[in-house]
Amino acid sequence: MTGCTGNNSFTGQTLSWELREGVIELVLHREPCNEIGSHTLVELEQFVAVLPDLEEQAHALILYSKQASGFCAGADLRELYASASALQKKEALLGVRDFLERIHAVLNRMDASSLTTIAAVHGVCFGGGLELVLVCDIIIADKMARFCFPELRLGLIPGFGGIPRLKRDMGNAVVRDLLLTGRSLNATKAQAAGWVSQVVGEGESLRVARGTAAQIGKFDRATSAAAKAFIKPIPREELRREIDIFCELFQRPAVEAGLRKFVESVDAQPYLP
Amino acid sequence: MTRTQDQTIDEILMLAAAQFKVARETLSADDDFFKTLGIDSLQALSLLTRLENHFDVELPDYELQGVSDFRTLAERIQARL
Repeated sequence: MTGCTGNNSFTGQTLSWELREGVIELVLHREPCNEIGSHTLVELEQFVAVLPDLEEQAHALILYSKQASGFCAGADLRELYASASALQKKEALLGVRDFLERIHAVLNRMDASSLTTIAAVHGVCFGGGLELVLVCDIIIADKMARFCFPELRLGLIPGFGGIPRLKRDMGNAVVRDLLLTGRSLNATKAQAAGWVSQVVGEGESLRVARGTAAQIGKFDRATSAAAKAFIKPIPREELRREIDIFCELFQRPAVEAGLRKFVESVDAQPYLP
Repeated sequence: MTRTQDQTIDEILMLAAAQFKVARETLSADDDFFKTLGIDSLQALSLLTRLENHFDVELPDYELQGVSDFRTLAERIQARL
């Protein structure tokens, strides 16, 4: 069911948001683990469209998942495979490029928001899910959270801006390890690597995120926005290049084979690289 | 604390039983944990995270490719203690 009360609350198929006491809570709730496909993209675009209005009324944005299995398992590979299989290669490529352009526009806008943005993460946070988290200013992860970029398994690179953003936020050596091995890191290791700022007990990330948002609300908004704009530039040139590389790789036979293997797998371990 | 491999196996079985709410006595070292616990890969990664936290080790998941029994899992952990 989809419902909207002005711009301040919305209930969609894949996500919902509500503004309360100066804090917007954007909640992902698509079964099984918030895979990001066309429905999620449309609803994120709806969110970004009302974000200027929300920014006038809020000081913080909290992003979290209602799914028990985790924050987000990444892009919807089944949808990607189905749509790519149904189209000629040239049309499929145009569709992929259009999707990437649109998700980049959404994530760039969230990244540049004047609000202080907080991701409260539990469980799986893979691929596109990690890329969504990386637009946030503060990442609070419970100790059962787990992060990775599995895209090289499919013959692709992360396509939602993850690498330029992670490179912005931390050392290139760790980025290379994550990208080139496809391995996952737990929250403690992600904190040690420098991109998770707070590790909390199991099931505590949302409570701590709300407390953090309350603290942020004590400061002058214009000052916070200026500080954020100074410390967190958007790596636009690298983000553009990422889309081009992704689309070049997408045309290779290895990608179709990798997607088919994932989608058709009955193995209990398709997420293990 | 130095652990023997049997101790490591015992702790893994205890943690897995608690996480997936099965009786500890129903699990044994050579069980296929995917089948015995009825879990998928995302749940297996959740168990891996719990084991990393408990044993204070880092286990790259590619080292666990093809590992499906508790005994081999314990060997991988033991190698990093």
